[in-house]
Amino acid sequence: MPPQKLTINNTVHTVDADPDTPLLWILRDILDLKGTKYGCGVGYCGACTILIAGEPARACQTLLSDVGTDPVTTIEGLSTDGTHPVQVAWQEVDVPQCGYCQAGQIMAATALLASNPHPTDADIDAHMSSNICRCGTYTRIREAIHHAAASTSTK
Amino acid sequence: MSLNRRTFLQMSALLSGGLALNLYDLPVAVAQSGRPAPPDISPRAFVHIASDGTITIMAKNPEIGQGVKTMLPMIIADELDVAWSTVHVQQAELDESLYGAQFAGGSMATPLNWDPLRRVGAACRQVLITAAAKRWNVPESECTTSLNKVLHGTSKRSLSYGELAADAAKLTPPPLASVKLKDPKDYHIIGKSHTGVDTRSISTGKPLFGIDFTTPGMLQAVIQKCPVFGGKVKSFNQAEIEKLPGVRHVLVLAGSLSTDPVVSSDPGMEPGIAIVADTWWQAQSARSKLKVDWDFGPGVTQSSEAIAKRAAELFQAPPANTIHATGNVDAALHSAAKTVEATYTYPFIAHATLEPMDTTASWKDGKIEIWTTSQAPGNGRKMVAKELNISPDDITIHLTRTGGGFGRRLANEYMVEAAYLTKQVGAPVKILWSREDDFTHDDYRPGGFHAFKAGLDAHGKLTAWRQHFITYGVDAHYASGAGMGGNEFPSGRIADYGLYSTAMPLYLRTGPLRAPGSNTLAFVGQSFLDEVAHAAGRDPVEFQLELLRSTDGKPNRLHDVLAKVAERSNWAKRSTTPGRGMGIACYASHLGFFAEVADVTVDAKNQIKVNHVWVVGDIGRQVINPAAADNMVYGSIVDGLSQMAQEITLDQGRVQQTNFPDHPVLHMRQTPVIDSYFLITDNPPTGLGEPALPPILPAVANAVFAATGKRIRTLPLARSGFSFA
Repeated sequence: MPPQKLTINNTVHTVDADPDTPLLWILRDILDLKGTKYGCGVGYCGACTILIAGEPARACQTLLSDVGTDPVTTIEGLSTDGTHPVQVAWQEVDVPQCGYCQAGQIMAATALLASNPHPTDADIDAHMSSNICRCGTYTRIREAIHHAAASTSTK
Repeated sequence: MSLNRRTFLQMSALLSGGLALNLYDLPVAVAQSGRPAPPDISPRAFVHIASDGTITIMAKNPEIGQGVKTMLPMIIADELDVAWSTVHVQQAELDESLYGAQFAGGSMATPLNWDPLRRVGAACRQVLITAAAKRWNVPESECTTSLNKVLHGTSKRSLSYGELAADAAKLTPPPLASVKLKDPKDYHIIGKSHTGVDTRSISTGKPLFGIDFTTPGMLQAVIQKCPVFGGKVKSFNQAEIEKLPGVRHVLVLAGSLSTDPVVSSDPGMEPGIAIVADTWWQAQSARSKLKVDWDFGPGVTQSSEAIAKRAAELFQAPPANTIHATGNVDAALHSAAKTVEATYTYPFIAHATLEPMDTTASWKDGKIEIWTTSQAPGNGRKMVAKELNISPDDITIHLTRTGGGFGRRLANEYMVEAAYLTKQVGAPVKILWSREDDFTHDDYRPGGFHAFKAGLDAHGKLTAWRQHFITYGVDAHYASGAGMGGNEFPSGRIADYGLYSTAMPLYLRTGPLRAPGSNTLAFVGQSFLDEVAHAAGRDPVEFQLELLRSTDGKPNRLHDVLAKVAERSNWAKRSTTPGRGMGIACYASHLGFFAEVADVTVDAKNQIKVNHVWVVGDIGRQVINPAAADNMVYGSIVDGLSQMAQEITLDQGRVQQTNFPDHPVLHMRQTPVIDSYFLITDNPPTGLGEPALPPILPAVANAVFAATGKRIRTLPLARSGFSFA
């Protein structure tokens, strides 16, 4: 298979790898975008959550050959200086403990807020319950999503 | 030897399998004596002040999510008298001659460092004062400091720490034991909430973690181990694997497991097949093509079913060991007005840190450099030195941020694997375990079985307590994390008490998991106590408060948190609606005293919704970083609830749970509202990694009883017919 073009965080990359390689490992080991994390490898834990054409997806379950021309957004694509409203909210609330799942949580939260700018607790619980936090920071994640919702609505 | 050193040696004993409960008495004893031992650390190693005024403070311990990379430097910064916003925190390398013991375990960072690190900050501040006094040619006693400056009161002169840095660097810091510490009312950093120093980098996906580390020429490795612990490779399709894309090396690991009759939590390298490739996915893909003929070894005959059957048999026999006995428990039970009996069981569970085990190592010219996620890297250095037959001085260890520890990374075999492989292949190697490797080759929290019998007198007062613990080991030499001490409540509070054990052999790694011992003993002890209170027709809070009430006039810390949580949860006025109930439990562990109330709803399908949890903790006179402390409490509750639904089982020696769907972590929608409250008492500050966890399991089980009349005596919940909604 010829090298593939991927649009990641608004930059086009040409990748020459086995088309069956999960996007997770393309991001991490070929493109050196280490923010997207390996947690379970079976699409369950959500540590590798990214956006493909704006929709949340599991990078560990998305093969290189499946990506096509759809734009991919990773945690690095929200902002590199932490100024995206969801990143700001995560800092204000000081969500993380170990922090390993949080890139996936932030991407899932970003997708939620894009489709539902003012989610209720129940909306947040329903949407975010497919991402696990082994440290148990859920209380703070919920709070940070409300923060982000409030900050974007006042701008 | 200093406190740090001595305690670290005891810690090592704990990690290698002993249950050194006495460890936890030591720092408090020293702290309470009012004579802090001079710390065996070098103050200058912790603080670097540049001439432009930049303050760098070293974070000494591994950061596994417990917040020490922020909290420990805060302690130094306050006594140094600098603005926190001017501080840059840097992770220290492993160098215990400079920093003292560097490990994450036992909730020990606060008790071991609270006093020494305040002294480090104060000593560095004193050096800056000395430098300024010399510059001005005034007595030091006329100088003071205020936020990054030394001031001379009478002349109104000031010099910034940056301006004094070069002079101060030439001076010798005063002995730590001699420095004057701040009055706590003057703290401007300690006791205020500060955002984690890595929070911004985490939220932008910066490469902070062990898995993210990379170095030029680095190869990546997976190791296929036998599905049965300790099994060896007989033969496999090596030639085929070597031809697969990206594969550079395929090696058989003979392993270096110790052959003790009781398996250590960190027994060395397991045998297996290492596949070293250009990328991790290539190594992992090649692994899926392996065809291996294994020598499964002695573990292959083990099954959870057979273990449970054997435990039931052992309950019928007299106990093999007496852990602690006072009075005559059998006679007291015989003459009791009423007796209560129950048997409790809990399973093996896995640590399952979200970042799997990983380390990168680079061998060059007889020396090795390591980037690791270990919680106890000092032990890892010893293991690497032994495995490679090199001097510990030829091993440099860098500590990366770690995606969760929970006790798993007190073991270091993944560090040894990386070190072994880099030396073998002559290139830097990152070892990264797959999630399945992690679940099937953990050092599991051991399961256990407890048979209780309690006696009550005619007034409903507890008079006798007999407990027979069936566990793992050989005689009184228990598997790691599978022992218990003799001071388990209500030991010492009733005259006739007997705690006994019988151990059965196990060929599987076990080890400490967050609040080791306590995370199971709280469940069985506090659940059974609740049964006894109900059998006595008494309120569980009042029943336990009576047992805990001090007889010497001094406050009893567990009593006080229990009374407080009853008050905060409005226990006395709790609802008695069928299907809804509140349960209470308390437990002291890792120097912290915690009481918790859970409010639950149980539906017709026995699905439990935990609505609300109240937590009251006593960790002494100072909560160092309050918002982070609350976060640790939230996490402890979620972790404890998760533990209630998890189990690891064995069939033909193989662990049957291989990924998170088989061994779930609580989801956000299952997380209760958590009320975290700290009762401030005049005691030395202690840690929070562990002690908030143990009481939540019995609090929920007791709440389920209040709601349904059904007792949860067997974990996981599914084996008692329950689940989380």
